[in-house]
Amino acid sequence: MTQEAETLRVVIVDDEAPARSRLRDLLADCADELALAVVGEAANGRAAIELMAAVPADVVLLDVRMPDMDGIEVARHLQKFERPPAVVFATAYDEFAIRAFEVHAIDYLLKPIRLARLKEALARARSVPPRPGVLNEIARAPRTHLSAQERGKVYLIPIAEVLYLKAELKYVTVRTTAREHLIEEPLNKLEEEFGERFVRVHRNCLVARAAVRGFERALQDGEAHWEVLLNGVEERIAVSRRQQHVVREFGKS
Amino acid sequence: MARSINQNAYAGALPNFRNLGIMLRVLVIVNVAAAAAAIVKSPDLLAAWWQFIESSALVEPLLILSLLVLAALSNVLRRIPYWAAAMVVLAVELVLATALYLAWRVLLGDGPSALERYWALVALTTFALLAYFHLRERALSPALSEARLQALQARIRPHFLFNSINAVLSLIRQEPKRAEVALEDMADLFRVLMADNRELTPLVREIELCRQYLGIEQLRLGERLRVDWQIDAFPRDALVPPLVLQPLLENAVYHGIEPRSEPGTISIHVYALRDELHAVLRNPYREASDHHAGNRMALANIRERLALHFDAEARLSVKASDDAYEVRIVMPYVKERDR
Repeated sequence: MTQEAETLRVVIVDDEAPARSRLRDLLADCADELALAVVGEAANGRAAIELMAAVPADVVLLDVRMPDMDGIEVARHLQKFERPPAVVFATAYDEFAIRAFEVHAIDYLLKPIRLARLKEALARARSVPPRPGVLNEIARAPRTHLSAQERGKVYLIPIAEVLYLKAELKYVTVRTTAREHLIEEPLNKLEEEFGERFVRVHRNCLVARAAVRGFERALQDGEAHWEVLLNGVEERIAVSRRQQHVVREFGKS
Repeated sequence: MARSINQNAYAGALPNFRNLGIMLRVLVIVNVAAAAAAIVKSPDLLAAWWQFIESSALVEPLLILSLLVLAALSNVLRRIPYWAAAMVVLAVELVLATALYLAWRVLLGDGPSALERYWALVALTTFALLAYFHLRERALSPALSEARLQALQARIRPHFLFNSINAVLSLIRQEPKRAEVALEDMADLFRVLMADNRELTPLVREIELCRQYLGIEQLRLGERLRVDWQIDAFPRDALVPPLVLQPLLENAVYHGIEPRSEPGTISIHVYALRDELHAVLRNPYREASDHHAGNRMALANIRERLALHFDAEARLSVKASDDAYEVRIVMPYVKERDR
């Protein structure tokens, strides 16, 4: 094998401090044979994504079971990066995840991690590009956040803060009380993923059920239709003729 | 050293006649039998009702007296071999039946039918009940050995085992002393898990085990795991089924602490109230945790073992609110010297 001149930039993500420290030790042992540098560490998913948006990395060693945002979701967000890092999952014991990894031939490390296995995984990570799509399939739950990239920055939007999702041309506008973000995902995929959390009020719009304050009749071009009133913002969303039944459903509950 | 209740149980032992659950079973079975007999003897249900009332006058005094005498003899009965004890029970029943029969004659003069008939009825009922309790004990015993097997499969989660080993590995280079302590604690924990856990164990030891377990978890979770021990008033001489608290703590860590990034507190409150021992565990909790199966398995396992040791006198209840999860165990306060 030819010596690669470039140093492999590695990021460690694990919620448990001893697990991170163990990986650090092992990576230091690897450094004799493999040019690598630990460019960052994170103790949760959110911090990991923010870190990697700021510091480019080649490989991320990612714990699967973490609070708030699990490793698989972190990897899903990382995929959207312009140059996504290779992901190597690490797990102590998670039957579901392991089965999914096996089925989709995703490389993973079992904790406690062995030095030899780690070396192998790092060597392979360099040559194998990440496979998009697979992660969405193995995810067990809807994401807890949406990620939007704007001018080289990554914004993580907690799904609970989303008021509505509105499709416009090739983007979807994500509205929170604070501001709007643009994401590049098809609206029907989002509807599929988040299911009952949102309700479709228009061909191009999903509204968060929890954000609905009420409905009001409005006149437009001499035609009456319903509009959704939302918590936290003045804006109103038109309910299309086809989705009028939604108003009645809310009236009942 | 006194033989333990449950070790005896495997060779076949009489039930604990001081146990409320056992007493209730006896009461119900005998009365159902009396009712059945009344129905068989009567042409219609109204007549059967009167028949039942009438026979109650004979059955109930004998029943109550028997329960009292057997409760008093309970300790002696459990120390002698099963067949001898069964014969003693039969003798007690016949003597009591005869005594009541004679009392009846004295009080009412004429009195009911022949004494032999009573003897036969009493002997049959006694045999039937003894056979029932014998079968029940046998039926419950495999549950216990199975429960011990589950100790390795379910109560200590593989997740805990591998993560702990990983944590200890990380300590070896930087803090070898702490690594040593952690491994010693793990050894103790697994010793208990693999031991024969049929006998009651001192509560003091169970609490020590819980401390060791939480010590290991603390390595991994650090500041995120806070423990509030409210055990100043716990009775030092109490005996409990082994591993009655530790699996609950493991649940609390897995469902209450690990899924949170902010610190959470597990509180453990153990106290005696009159002749009952209470243990209350609380942990923070958030809806939508995806691993409920393990939790239910641990709870079912503990419930089963409590039932085996204490029958109806122990209970385990669970209260889940929006942000907290509480498990409460109430069991008889068994003292070291009682057994």
